[in-house]
Amino acid sequence: MTASAKGSSSRRAPVPERGSAQATREAFGEALLELAPEHPEIVVLDADLSKSTMTQGFAKKYPSRHFEMGIAEQNMIGVGSGLALCGKIPFVTSFACFLAGRLETIRVCAAYNRTNLKMVGTHAGVGIGEDGASQMGLEDIGAMRCLPHVAVLQPCDGEETRQAVKWMVRHIGPVYLRLTRQKMPSFHGPDYRFEFGKCDVLWEPQRQPKHYQATIFASGGAVPNAVAAARDLLPRGFSVRVVNACTLKPFDDEAVARAASNSERIVTVEDHNIVGGLGSAVCEAAAQKGLAVPIVRIGVREFGESATPEQLYARHGLASPNIEEACLRNLS
Amino acid sequence: MGVILANCLREKAGLYKIVTMPAAIPETAGELKARIKDMRVDIIRMISAAGSGHPGGSLSVIDILAVLYSQFLRHDPKRPDWPDRDRVVLSKGHGCPALYTVMAYTGYFPKEQLMTLRQLGSPLQGHPDRLRLPGIEASTGSLGQGLSMAVGMALAGKMDKKDYRTYAVLGDGELQEGQCWEAIMCAPKFKLDHLTVIVDRNNGQIDGHVHEVMDIEPLKDKFESFRWEAQVIDGHDLGQIAAALDKARKTQGKPQAIIADTIKGKGVSFMEDNINWHGAAPKKEQADKAAAEIQGP
Ligand SMILES: Cc1ncc(C[n+]2csc(CCOP(=O)(O)OP(=O)(O)O)c2C)c(N)n1
Ligand SMILES: [Mg+2]
Repeated sequence: MTASAKGSSSRRAPVPERGSAQATREAFGEALLELAPEHPEIVVLDADLSKSTMTQGFAKKYPSRHFEMGIAEQNMIGVGSGLALCGKIPFVTSFACFLAGRLETIRVCAAYNRTNLKMVGTHAGVGIGEDGASQMGLEDIGAMRCLPHVAVLQPCDGEETRQAVKWMVRHIGPVYLRLTRQKMPSFHGPDYRFEFGKCDVLWEPQRQPKHYQATIFASGGAVPNAVAAARDLLPRGFSVRVVNACTLKPFDDEAVARAASNSERIVTVEDHNIVGGLGSAVCEAAAQKGLAVPIVRIGVREFGESATPEQLYARHGLASPNIEEACLRNLS
Repeated sequence: MGVILANCLREKAGLYKIVTMPAAIPETAGELKARIKDMRVDIIRMISAAGSGHPGGSLSVIDILAVLYSQFLRHDPKRPDWPDRDRVVLSKGHGCPALYTVMAYTGYFPKEQLMTLRQLGSPLQGHPDRLRLPGIEASTGSLGQGLSMAVGMALAGKMDKKDYRTYAVLGDGELQEGQCWEAIMCAPKFKLDHLTVIVDRNNGQIDGHVHEVMDIEPLKDKFESFRWEAQVIDGHDLGQIAAALDKARKTQGKPQAIIADTIKGKGVSFMEDNINWHGAAPKKEQADKAAAEIQGP
């Protein structure tokens, strides 16, 4: 626990120590190594990005269970599906944008065939920074979310990633896991229990008010700024809650209903295109349930560009001041 | 001969009793030839009854599938999920009337069901659906993807030291899809010598002849330069098909391609090499005429 967490501002999420920060892709690589001995069916396929998707540890330790497929993502997805049809638990990994780019192959081989394929897209969003627009997965959640049978997960820190990967191995069916390049502070301790299909309250004021100014739904790379915004708003007299949405499909509609019942508004924040991702899922839940709650969506509206991740979060309106503003802005 | 060999493999696997299908395809060449005529008629009838479907590429591939299923495939229609079964992926999924017919004749389901093709609730979907019809290994219909899945199946077999074989049946137009070549590139890397690709080289696709739309030749050279073993055969000569499958089965260290020269719409004069019959259903009178022609005087 850090100094500020020991203070009185938050009940749940400690603002983590720097040392514990870890990219979710790193945690994924560790999780594979952890799970490999007890699950001999796990195999890993790479498309010349294993250094970036963090599967090199697995490849070194289990060379007979690792397949380098070259820069040929659609074939990797098809071969992974064939392996799954014969009882393996294949993880296919690449950058999120390069996997989502093979959407129709995923549609047929993974979703329509309902194969037990685990797709892992790293380098999500503008958070990758300097490599720029062509390498940023920004439409992947939207694409994957409309494929029947495909579960979509985006953990926000190392612990959640490890638990999500464990769940993926147990779950039978296609899953898409979206991971960050950048380091993420650790929000979840080992006592956390990831529950598929459920959001978790990541941060709330220690003294819980009757009504919140806002509930922020955040996912993946956007979570730290959402928590920072909520923390900053508290001393200014505004109570804001942060809900972490790791499962993006199927979505936890009840969490939206709860937020609508105790918050003046809902704010969604994501490092993904404003269309098709978390913001859309929250709006769909609200519409479906007939909830009369204002929803302010924050997301990326363009392609990205080269800069530092911090600069890009500011430029695309995902920085904590932008989120604070969305919590307070006059909506009328 | 093929049957005997397949039976040896079954016994070697120690897991499998030989089952005789009530509707099993006859084993002598003459009988099989006669039976394939019936199959061709069934293909025409089912597509005609459905009012839509793809006769051209079904008639061109039927001889290949009939020989494969009757003489080579290690399978048990009663146990479609038997782990040691050979796998067949019909990557040119639109040719499924041929596959369904062969499956019906080998005992996967009653022949009467063929006439439910493309109807609501039928397991015989317009393109093969593995979740609706046991015995279908992979749902296909989007050209270019089946071979990748077949490579995955063969790779799993290799990892698990199983001796099942995987067959992928591709169209020649389909080979214009880049993903095919990704898969063709990767199979030799893993030394998948229990993987056989059969190309139904009927020189037809939808917009025209393959060599006009986008030439894929020289195909044998292409496979060989990708380090496959390749054979070219007459895809309507049952003896040549069997010999090629037998040779493929004996090949070690390399995946094998059998390039089968065929005629789109084979057996029905007004359909043969006529691209209009790629995806058109014959009307009743046309179907009768076709059936009469297939069965001969
Ligand atoms: C990816 C994809 N693009 C287009 C189609 C539409 N289509 C169906 S059959 C066909 C022609 C196939 O030609 P070929 O592979 O030579 O098959 P055959 O001649 O054996 O019927 C096309 C373009 C498809 N099914 N999948
Ligand atoms: Mg053709």
